[in-house]
Amino acid sequence: MGNKQTIFTAQQLFHRYRDLAPQLVPLDYTNHPDVKLPYELIGSMPELKDNPFRQRIAEVFSEDGEGNMTLDDFLDMFSVLSEMAPRDLKAYYAFKIYDFNNDDFICKSDLEKTLNKLTRNELTEDEVRMVCEKVIDEADLDNDGRLSLEDFQHMIVRAPDFLSTFHIRI
Amino acid sequence: MSRNVNFDLSHPLMEAGLESPADEEGVHDSFQQLIAEHSDNGAASSALELQQLQSDLDEESRDNMPLSGPEHEHRRRQGASDLECDGGEREMDPIQGEGWSSDTLKILSSMPSRTIGRNRGAIISQYCNKTLKLRRRRQTRPSIRDFSPSSRPSIRSYGMEGDTTDAEVSKRERLVNNLQNLPVSDRVRMLRGMPLSVAEKKEIRNLVMQKEKRILSNKKLSCCSQLKYYIIIAARKSWYSWLSFLHSLQPWQTLLKRVSGRFGTGVLSYFLFLKTLVFFNVFLFLVTGAFLVLPQAVHPPYRDTTSFSGLELLTGAGSFSHTVMYYGYYANYTLPRRSRDEGGGQNASTLTSDSQQFSYNMPLAYFFTIGMAFFITCIILVYSMSKTFGRSFRINKSNSILTMKTFSCWDFKVIKKKSVQIMSENIGTQLKELLAELTQKHTKSTFCKRFCRLMVHGVAWTICIASTTGCMAGVYYFSEFIHKDLQQNHRNLDVNPLMKEAKLLSLPTVVSVINLLLPALFNLVGWMETYESPSVFAYVAIGRNLMLKMSMLGVLCFHWLGRVAPEYKSIGLTCWEDFVGQELYRFLLMDFIFTLLDTLFGELLWRLFSEKVLKRKRKPVFDIARNVLDLIYGQTLAWLGVLFSPVLPVVQILKLFLVFYIKMSSVMLNCQAPRKPYRASQMTTIFITLLCIPSLLGASVCVTYTMWSITPSTSCGPFRTLDTMFKAGKHWMEILEKDNPSLSVLSKAHTYFVENPFFLFVGAGIFLIVIYFHSQVVDGQRKIISLLQDQIQNEGEDKKFLINRLQSVHKQKQDAGKHLKSQDSTC
Repeated sequence: MGNKQTIFTAQQLFHRYRDLAPQLVPLDYTNHPDVKLPYELIGSMPELKDNPFRQRIAEVFSEDGEGNMTLDDFLDMFSVLSEMAPRDLKAYYAFKIYDFNNDDFICKSDLEKTLNKLTRNELTEDEVRMVCEKVIDEADLDNDGRLSLEDFQHMIVRAPDFLSTFHIRI
Repeated sequence: MSRNVNFDLSHPLMEAGLESPADEEGVHDSFQQLIAEHSDNGAASSALELQQLQSDLDEESRDNMPLSGPEHEHRRRQGASDLECDGGEREMDPIQGEGWSSDTLKILSSMPSRTIGRNRGAIISQYCNKTLKLRRRRQTRPSIRDFSPSSRPSIRSYGMEGDTTDAEVSKRERLVNNLQNLPVSDRVRMLRGMPLSVAEKKEIRNLVMQKEKRILSNKKLSCCSQLKYYIIIAARKSWYSWLSFLHSLQPWQTLLKRVSGRFGTGVLSYFLFLKTLVFFNVFLFLVTGAFLVLPQAVHPPYRDTTSFSGLELLTGAGSFSHTVMYYGYYANYTLPRRSRDEGGGQNASTLTSDSQQFSYNMPLAYFFTIGMAFFITCIILVYSMSKTFGRSFRINKSNSILTMKTFSCWDFKVIKKKSVQIMSENIGTQLKELLAELTQKHTKSTFCKRFCRLMVHGVAWTICIASTTGCMAGVYYFSEFIHKDLQQNHRNLDVNPLMKEAKLLSLPTVVSVINLLLPALFNLVGWMETYESPSVFAYVAIGRNLMLKMSMLGVLCFHWLGRVAPEYKSIGLTCWEDFVGQELYRFLLMDFIFTLLDTLFGELLWRLFSEKVLKRKRKPVFDIARNVLDLIYGQTLAWLGVLFSPVLPVVQILKLFLVFYIKMSSVMLNCQAPRKPYRASQMTTIFITLLCIPSLLGASVCVTYTMWSITPSTSCGPFRTLDTMFKAGKHWMEILEKDNPSLSVLSKAHTYFVENPFFLFVGAGIFLIVIYFHSQVVDGQRKIISLLQDQIQNEGEDKKFLINRLQSVHKQKQDAGKHLKSQDSTC
């Protein structure tokens, strides 16, 4: 888009992408070669290695939905997760990440999975259930028992910390 | 406010709704699967919540039945009716807990609100609507409808757009059209906000640019506007390359990444704040350096022969005192000098005869440079303050704490394994606490308990205020004592000069010790109190600390401006501004030394102590708020001192650099990630506000007071012959008036506007009116928000009602069908 982040870090990101598998990724991208790095390589990046959501992040941003990313997907991922991305865009992708079953709603099972990943299964079943109920109570605006994208965005607008925590420094 | 929706199944909108998901290829095929499973025996799509429906559908519809029209709906319903009644009620939709028929579910799933955000075509059409709305908004007055930035296309907006059964290509064409007609900034913002992949955005952008180029080449542009166009493009390109160069110069990138990887956003915010302060000081130094230090350094008024001894670095006096470092060195005439005699009649009024040579009016430059530096710093700070305010504070209080914690708590910046573990534990603990808080019955605490709590709060505040006042009085009397001591030393001239210099360090030491010890006392006092929430405790701690620091600075300012400045001759000074500049230098230095000591004792030794002696695994936690307040205190000193020592920003920059590296290594070695939740964005806002309001404002008030009412010293500095520093400006106006009578208007304006207090009152009055107006607007917006929330709830009720009606109509038809069948069978 022409802002300083994309100009400078696009170069940096290309080199990071290339460093993951120098033999697979050519230096010259003018012919748009069709190179996809498998999820294992992406998931081994230091920025994502210990993140419990790394698989979901890779799946959301990859074209094939399996986590295998092309350079474009890679750039997309880090540009959304950068400081410059607008809040709505981040909320959109965060919604997708937390939507484990890809049905475009965050239902109770999605929430349970999210909580277990957040707390590494430390909460008891009861607590998880109560938290899920409370969350749906609080955030579900149109009363269908699960969070749609708008409910999520509506809630994110009120969470000022979201912008600073949904951010990976590259 | 419910709308009457036409419940006719053959309505074109319904048709459109039914058809749209089938047409668009999407990243998420969940929808297509629902349709495709008619043809094959159901790949169990994990995407479907309607999974239990699958077996139902497989049994129901044997043949391929594409969802094409309402007629098929009726047919399918009748055909499936016999299986439907056998299928029985199953729990499908979480709300109602009743079994919905497949058709109801299909209609539910194809509702507009559930297709948005799902696939590319829907995104494009959504953004088409958005850009159209934006275009209309830019052209006409915004209507109330446009206030909420909801991404939900209500039925109204469907009407606005017409039918949505266009192919994706034409939708994209329309999007490109809309984007083109927007102003550039809006266009960029829209493009950035679109949740499409990079490649697609590039394509759309290229299409827009192509169209633009074509339009431009078609129009016969006059050469002037073409030239303007090219200039603008070139300027923008060079601006981007400059920005990317600046970005590549970003200092400390890897270190900051390491800190954020281990400690998260909270501790990172401290280092980012430090970086911001460095930039402010660099700016200040560039301004004063270019306009004050450089011209004066090039034309030195005299040469000083004092030798350099190491003590200068500590006291700032000695051989430093007759250099560009301090106010006293600066000339009070126009540079370069022509005439011989120093001081006396030679003041700014003499425009020398060889005026074609470069002449630089030093007093005026000094006055305006300092003024402009403060003014521009103020503007930059207020701008960044308003930006962070906008991001972190919301109009109405939100009560979805648990949700926000769940979704915005995970700090993606943390990448070290151990820290991730700690963060998970923390989140677990916080969630448990929140849950406990929310679910427990809120027992009304007895009067006795509340009274006790209030008493404890009262005692704590009394202790804090008493200790602060005590320290203020202590510093006041101590400074008086030092003052008298200096006066005495001046009278008896047989004092060791080294002793004298060392004595000057006593006041800074005392103040730094107070600044170190008293916040620890406040912390202790805070432990015995109980607060409703930890954030309130954090705010109270910051408030007390701030009160202490500001009162210290207040007493010191009084000491310098109220005691030293009027009576400087009695302590043997020729130049009180130099003395105050040196004092500030000493204060900065002592502050740095004590930061070092505090890091050493507070963090390193404490960690060793707790590991070896107390045998605890826990390392000390980095106290972000206290450290940030220390930074703010140091910056206030630097701002106070710029008037008296234009090179002080350099000292501050060096100090900040050293503090950065020291704190960074200390945090890495000695501290652990914070356990308590830290709301980084709110805290950052608070710190920027504190930097602006008490810190910069206080410094500006001090500097303005100095310039306005205090007599400068008579034998040094750029204002030595004037009554106040402010008179330099006035003088210049008079001279201008004398030389060019036509400019008398300007000087009259100066007299009436700047010096007349009435104008200030009018200005303040207008300012207050503007604030009142804005607060009314905010109130109105709050009301609109609550109205819109009610509306959303009503529409939810509408939806429930419609679904129930749909279901009951379907049931009626089923029952009628069953009845007919039973009638048939009996016959």
